[in-house]
Amino acid sequence: MTTDGPVGAPQKEADETAAETAPAEKPEERGEDSFLSHFLQNLWAANTVTVTVLSVVLALVIGAVLIIVSDPAVLKTFEYLTARPSDALTASWDLVSTAYGDLFKGAIVDPATVTAWANGTGGWRPVFAPISETLTYAAPLVFTGLSVALAFRGGLFNIGGQGQAVVGTITAAMAGFLLPLPPVIHLIAALLAGLLGGALWGFVPGILKARTGAHEVIVTIMLNYTANLFLSWLILQKGIQQPGRSDAISKTVDSSAQLPSFGGEVRANLGIILAVLATAGVAWLLNRSAFGFELRAVGHNPAASRTAGISVARTYTMLMVVAGGLAGLGGATQVLGTAHALTTQVAGNIGFDGLLVALLGRNRPWGTLLAAILFGALRAGGNRMQSFSGISLELVTVLQALIVIFIAAPALVKATFHLRAARSARLGASMAKGW
Amino acid sequence: MANDHIDLTVEPGEVHALLGENGAGKSTLMNQLYGLLQPDEGEIVVDGQVRTFRSPRDAIAAGIGMVHQHFMLVPVFTVAENIALGAEKVRAGFLDRRRARREVLEVSERYGLPVDPDALIENLPVGAQQRVEIIKALTRDVDLLILDEPTAVLTPQETEELLGVMRGLSDAGKSIVFITHKLKEVKAIADRITVIRRGRTVATASPDTAEEELAALMVGRAVSLEVDKAPAEPGREVLTVSGLMVDDDRGVRAVDNVDLTVHAGEVLGIAGVQGNGQTELVEAIMGLRRPAAGSIRVDNEDLTGMSTKQILRSGIGYVPEDRSLDGVVKEFTVAENLVLDQYDRPPYGNAFQLDPGAVAASARERVEQFDIRTSSPDATVSTLSGGNQQKVVVARELSRPLRLFVAAQPTRGVDVGSIEFIHRRIIHEREVGTAVLVVSSELDEVVGLADRIAVMYRGRILAIVPPDTPREELGLLMAGITESRPGAGATEPATEEGTK
Repeated sequence: MTTDGPVGAPQKEADETAAETAPAEKPEERGEDSFLSHFLQNLWAANTVTVTVLSVVLALVIGAVLIIVSDPAVLKTFEYLTARPSDALTASWDLVSTAYGDLFKGAIVDPATVTAWANGTGGWRPVFAPISETLTYAAPLVFTGLSVALAFRGGLFNIGGQGQAVVGTITAAMAGFLLPLPPVIHLIAALLAGLLGGALWGFVPGILKARTGAHEVIVTIMLNYTANLFLSWLILQKGIQQPGRSDAISKTVDSSAQLPSFGGEVRANLGIILAVLATAGVAWLLNRSAFGFELRAVGHNPAASRTAGISVARTYTMLMVVAGGLAGLGGATQVLGTAHALTTQVAGNIGFDGLLVALLGRNRPWGTLLAAILFGALRAGGNRMQSFSGISLELVTVLQALIVIFIAAPALVKATFHLRAARSARLGASMAKGW
Repeated sequence: MANDHIDLTVEPGEVHALLGENGAGKSTLMNQLYGLLQPDEGEIVVDGQVRTFRSPRDAIAAGIGMVHQHFMLVPVFTVAENIALGAEKVRAGFLDRRRARREVLEVSERYGLPVDPDALIENLPVGAQQRVEIIKALTRDVDLLILDEPTAVLTPQETEELLGVMRGLSDAGKSIVFITHKLKEVKAIADRITVIRRGRTVATASPDTAEEELAALMVGRAVSLEVDKAPAEPGREVLTVSGLMVDDDRGVRAVDNVDLTVHAGEVLGIAGVQGNGQTELVEAIMGLRRPAAGSIRVDNEDLTGMSTKQILRSGIGYVPEDRSLDGVVKEFTVAENLVLDQYDRPPYGNAFQLDPGAVAASARERVEQFDIRTSSPDATVSTLSGGNQQKVVVARELSRPLRLFVAAQPTRGVDVGSIEFIHRRIIHEREVGTAVLVVSSELDEVVGLADRIAVMYRGRILAIVPPDTPREELGLLMAGITESRPGAGATEPATEEGTK
């Protein structure tokens, strides 16, 4: 039993309560206690959810240390720590609580806006603005995360989510400002264009892998560069570049092709709804469809799949097409939902963040959705933290990196929190065997 | 627990057989003796002294050597280099090759183990590689030699020879622990037999114990070692292979002008030492390997050029020889593995989606019908024993009407109890009129199952003989020796192996 650290305390407490009450109460109460302790034991075992949650906690703790050491004023109070420790502790606490408070207010909800709404001094929009920011950032990540996760389940390491997303932004945006179509149809056409663009960018490494055995990691990395450079060139071309601008920005996507949002401060758009639908679709594809069966079989054991008559080459090609299409949709969501015009940085880092999101979500569709929302929340909250507490947005990147490191090294989390080994836990193996 | 309070005593100069099914704990026990694993409890006493082995180095120092089932040799090194490896004698900073050669020749002569010290390992036949392993152990001055399933890879002749070598070693005062599950060999060579079942010693027997009794001790119940079957009633020609040429992965001709026919209601057995083209022949039939020339017809329909899926769908069942690589997806559940080649067909599903209900229902039925020991149809196959994994493959392939059933090494790595079951299923398939092609490197299996035996050697069918052909004759054929055309005997140091 863990008694040698503060983190062991909750369980110890629970055990003590159990020990106190058990003899005094009636026998049937004991059953409930054993259920409770059973539940607690499982909670403290190294299962996926526990390790994920603890990784986030651990990352926030280290993040707090970073916040403190990077603030000169607070650091000064530490110089006379032995003389008056309260100064240093209060200053640190104030700083960290304000920072993480802002992170929360920026990502989920700001209590002040709720009060204002209740008093009638504010509208409903500010209340939902933070969560809307979170979902806005999350939507493209869901798509790119699903792209990576799906490919991985089929045994392919899709590093090319970035390139596929970039091509998705290009095709979606071009459909958005070049095709003269009526409202609803225009949006559908633009989304389809994004899907097809990404699918094409996925098809290339897929067919090369299937036909020649070219490693998809190498090919997709190269195609990332190709996509980025193509975008930089394309934006400056006549007919694409915004008239009257000399810098690298394209025309704006027609409003008929933009993803509708809730308006005002609530920026969240149809993209997040599409993302949830895509998650459900990928879950169905993986678990229920014939293609999903094939790709999982090939992912685990290509030789046995071939022997059972599954075409491994066809599966690899199809898989990369679907994965590319998903990443392309992610790019489309970005450009049709928030950016509305192509710039060289329009796709940001969504492809690479998709890798992390898939890792965090353990390559499962719904896990990936939740991980994307977490990343979206960190990003949204980070913005507020930067403007209100003056803490660099880079801290959010550090937090994301720390979370991913802890997830990728579950033994570290297990050792830190003295978790017992769980029977069902298959941690670490999820990404480690990629190469 | 793989070993539960096992006691084992080996006397000097004794050949002690350790008999047990796969997974009984034989190898675990020996790995402790060889320092690869540490016991949780109990002690190892060598010549009256309690010893602890932290690594094989300690074990070797105490006079214990081991020849593993899978050889631990570097293929691109010569025999002498391999033997020097790990105990290199250095002179002036260079490996003393001359001394290594001399040592090899010395040991090889003293114990009658002919090898060429300058031959590259990769050019040696399996039997010779094994001799190298034994010499390697002997040059370390061991008193106790552990042989882990040494005969699994040998021809009958090579086995005979090995038994002779073992006899010679024991006469020279060396003790031998001989791990096996082959009863005939045990009876032929062992001075004493320890039977292990589920990690416990169940009996210590003398070699004159009846085979049936030993088998019963191993399995824990009476088993029939003979395959009961009525004489075959061959019907129409189902499989016709003619003029077939197939190359292996390196582009070397592996199947060389093979003609074969298998009739409905008969079992054709292909006997041969592994690596004589059987694998490539079967892969060509299943569309997994493109033939260089020749034709493969089933009921007069040409299979060459068809995909594996089309071939499987045309009523051909296939049990691949390497179960864990080609037979099952270990991470998949039993139910999923049972539909691995039928998942997109009614009733399990269609080209678009699966019907989990139908898959589960059929899985429950198969588990029952084929006696697959699993906690649930939803357990992953990796949790099953080798025998039960094989039953999953057999159940999958035999649960649809077949014209031809191709089974390669159907009982490799399978326990005695499951072997009996699988053999009965194969014969049952013959009874219902399926043409059956069995490839096996276990001569007993081929003789027991087949109605006709084709002996394959270096890609050719040397002869097709009835199953009551004397074993010596079959053994000679497997070694490539026919009366008219003596081939290269397996006993020669076959340095010309690769230059065919």
